Amino acid sequence: MMNLSLKNNMVVMLIFSAVVLTAPLWLDPIGANYPDLLQKFAIFGIFAIGYNILFGLTGYLSFGHATFLGVGSYTAVWSFKLFTMNVVPAIIFAIIIAGVFALAIGYISLRRSGIYFSILTLAFAQMSYSLAYSVLTPITNGETGLQLTIQDPRYLDAMAGVAVKEGLPSTNLFGQLMSGYSGFYFCAVMLIIGFYISLKIFRSPYGLKLIAIKSNQNRMNYTGFNTRPYLLSAFVISGMYAGLAGALMAVTDPLAGAERMQWTASGEVVLMTILGGVGTLVGPLLGVGIIKYFENIFSALNESALHEVFNFLPQALENTVVAVTHHFVGEGWHLTLGALFMLVVIFLPGGVMEGVTNLIEFIKKKLGMSGDESGDTL
Amino acid sequence: MSKKDNSQNNSRRDFLKASAATGAVASSPMFFMKNAYAAENFRNAPKGGSVKLGFNVPQTGAYADEGADELRAYKLAVEHLNGGGDGGMMNTMKPMSLKGNGVLGKKVEYVTGDTQTKSDAARASAKRMIEKDGALMISGGSSSGVAIAVQGLCQEMGVIFMAGLTHSNDTTGKDKRRYGFRHFFNAKMSGSALGPVLKKEMGSDRRAYHLTADYTWGWTQEESIKETTEGLGWKTHKTVKTPVGAGDFSQYITPILNSGADTLILNHYGKDMINSLTQAVQFGLRDKMVNGKQFEIIVPLYSRLMAQGAGENLKGILGTTNWNWALKDAGSQAFVKSFGAKYGFPPSMAAHTCYVQTLLYANACEMAGTFYPPEVIKALEGFNFDGMGNGKTEYRAEDHQCFKNVLVVRGNQNPTSQFDLLEIVQEVPRSQVEYDASIFGGDLGPYKV
Repeated sequence: MMNLSLKNNMVVMLIFSAVVLTAPLWLDPIGANYPDLLQKFAIFGIFAIGYNILFGLTGYLSFGHATFLGVGSYTAVWSFKLFTMNVVPAIIFAIIIAGVFALAIGYISLRRSGIYFSILTLAFAQMSYSLAYSVLTPITNGETGLQLTIQDPRYLDAMAGVAVKEGLPSTNLFGQLMSGYSGFYFCAVMLIIGFYISLKIFRSPYGLKLIAIKSNQNRMNYTGFNTRPYLLSAFVISGMYAGLAGALMAVTDPLAGAERMQWTASGEVVLMTILGGVGTLVGPLLGVGIIKYFENIFSALNESALHEVFNFLPQALENTVVAVTHHFVGEGWHLTLGALFMLVVIFLPGGVMEGVTNLIEFIKKKLGMSGDESGDTL
Repeated sequence: MSKKDNSQNNSRRDFLKASAATGAVASSPMFFMKNAYAAENFRNAPKGGSVKLGFNVPQTGAYADEGADELRAYKLAVEHLNGGGDGGMMNTMKPMSLKGNGVLGKKVEYVTGDTQTKSDAARASAKRMIEKDGALMISGGSSSGVAIAVQGLCQEMGVIFMAGLTHSNDTTGKDKRRYGFRHFFNAKMSGSALGPVLKKEMGSDRRAYHLTADYTWGWTQEESIKETTEGLGWKTHKTVKTPVGAGDFSQYITPILNSGADTLILNHYGKDMINSLTQAVQFGLRDKMVNGKQFEIIVPLYSRLMAQGAGENLKGILGTTNWNWALKDAGSQAFVKSFGAKYGFPPSMAAHTCYVQTLLYANACEMAGTFYPPEVIKALEGFNFDGMGNGKTEYRAEDHQCFKNVLVVRGNQNPTSQFDLLEIVQEVPRSQVEYDASIFGGDLGPYKV
C-alpha cells in the first residue's frame, strides 16, 4: 500500500512538480506570467533551496553565496564564448567551478563558526566582487558585464559545423532555444531536480547529522564525531546549487555582470530564506516568490495603475487611497518589503511557512481532525 | 492584466481584404503588401488603437537625478506626439512626418522601469516591458554600461532601443547594434571639441591626473581625453579608477596634492562628479600653484543637474555638453518653453536627448509607414534633420551615431538665476568632431532577428 501522506517523497515530488510546471497558469491573474519573471522565480528558487541546505540545516549563516552565483554565470558565459551555445556543457562547467570555489572558500571560512564565519564569507564575497569588477576586467569585462560577441571562437560549434548566422547566436538545448517559455520550463525542470536532491538530503541520515551540528556542535565533537567534513560538504553542495542558478541566469540571458556578486545579492538570498522559513523545504521558495514579485511587479506600479486598481471607490476616497499607497509602490517597493519583513520576523519567526503551518493546524482543529501526523515539516 | 485581444486577427484579415480590394486603385500596392507581411512577423506589433513605448531610466542610485529628468521629458514627448500641449519641437523639427495624432494614427502610451544603474536590473525591467507590457521600443539610459547591456538585449529581442544619456564611445563603437541608436554625443567628440579650447586657455605644457569612473564610459572618456591632451603636448601623470557611487573620494584626492600634477581631469558623472569635485575644491586643489601654473580642474562631461549639485565649486571649470537650455535656436527655445510650462524649470541635456529620441523614433515610424523594426531602422539610418536644438544633425548609417555641434561650456562665474549655471564658451562645429566610423570596430548585426 502506498502511503499517501507528505512523508512519501513521491507524493511530495508529484505535487511540487505539478505546482511548478503549471506556474504560468496560476501566476497569470496576478500579472506575473511572463517568461523573464517565471525564469527568475525558478532560478532564485534553486539558489535559495541550495542556500537553505547550508543555513537551514547547519545554521551556518553565509553572507557570501552570491560569489558562487557570479562564478556560475561567468563560467557559463565563457563556455558559450569558447565552446558551444549548447547549455549542457555550460551548466556542468558552472557547477564544477562553483564547487571548486566553494571548496576553497569553505575550507578557510569553516575554521570559524557563528559571526566570524559570516564575516569571513562576506569578506571573500567582497573580494570576489572587487576582483570581478575591476582587477579581472579582461576576464569579466568589469561593470559592463561579460557579453557574447559575433567573433567568439565557439570551437565545439565550429567543429560540429553549426552554421554561423548573421547576428548573435542564441543559447540552446540541442536546438531548442532557451529564451522565453522554453527557458522557463528548462529552469523549472532544474528546480524540480534540485528540490528532489534537497528533499533527499533533508530526509537522510546525512541531513540529520547536519541538523545535529546546528543544535549542538560541541556535543557532536565530544562523541568523537568529526563535524568538519559534513559542514564542508554542505557548504560545497549549496555553492554548487548557487553555481547552477548562476549558470541558468546566463542560459536565459547570456550576460554576466559583477553586481550579481555584490553583498546585497548575498543578503537577498538570506532575506528570501528567512522570509519564507529557514530550514523548511518550501519556505525559501515562498520567500523567492514574494521578493521577486515585489521587485518586478510592485516596483513598476505607478499612480495611474493605482487609480485603475482603486477605481471602484468614490472619487475623493480613491484619490486619498492612491495618495497614501503610491509611496509604497514604484520606487517605494523597498519600503513595503521592509515592512513586510519586519512583520514576518516579529510575528512569525519561522517565516511565512510558520504561518502556513499554523493555518493548517487551525483548520484541522476546526474540522476536528487529530494533529498526530504533523511531525514532518515541509 | 495581460489579456490578449484575439479579435485583432480578424481585423487584420479584414484589413488585408480591404487593401486587396483597394489594391487596384492604390498607387503603390507593394506598400500594403510589405506592411501586411511585416505585421505578422514582429514582436509586440501594436494591436488596437495604441502603441506602447518603454522608458527605462535610473530612478535610484548615483544617476537618479538624470533619470527623473529623462522621465519628465518622455512624458512631455508622449503628450506632444498625441497632440497635447503646445507641441514643443514638433513645431520646429524638419523634415517631419508626424501629424500630432499619435504615431501612424495610434495613440502613444508608455510604461516605465527602474534600471537602478545596474545591468541586470535594467535588463530585467526592459524584459518586463517587452514581454509583459508589450513595449515596441525601449528608450533610456544614464549609464553607458546599462545602455550597452540593454541595447544588446533589444537586438536579441528585435525591439528598437533609442539610447538616452550615454557618452561612452563603445555604445556606437565596439558594442554598436543594428537595433540601437544614439542621439547623444560621445567621449571622442568631447575630446575633439575640448582640445583647442584647452590649448588656448591652459597652454601645451601640463601634467594631467585622471580620476576615472570604473566602467565603460569612464574608460573610453579617459582614453579619448588622454588622446586629445597628449596631442596638445600634455603629459599624463597618472590615471586612477574609482568605483561608481563611491560617495567619498578623499582617499583618491589626497595623493594628487603633492603628486606634481597641475591639472585634474574628473571622468565622473552624476552624484559621483558632484562629490569628487566638491571634495577636490575643499582639499584646496584649485588654490594651489604647481610647476608655476595655477592648478586647474576639467570635467569633460558636464550637465546642468550636476552644476546645480556642485554649486559654487563649479565656477570657471571647463567641460562639454550635448545641449544647454540657454541655446537660442527655435527648436531649443520651443522645447524649453513647453518643458518649463509643464514642470516649472528648464530641462537638462539628458531630458533633451530623450525627448528628441522619442520624436525621432515616432517620426521614423511615420516615414517608414509601418512599425516593423527593420523598416524603421532603415528610415533612421542616414536621416538628416534640423530644428532639434543642435543645428543640422545626421544619424550616421554606419554606426547609428548622431553627428552635430558640440558645446564647450564653463561654470558660470556670475549666474543670473539658479539654473543659469553654464556659460557657453564655444559651439564647436560638427566638422571638427567627426571621425571615421571604422576606428572603434564592432559590428551592427542583422536587420532581421
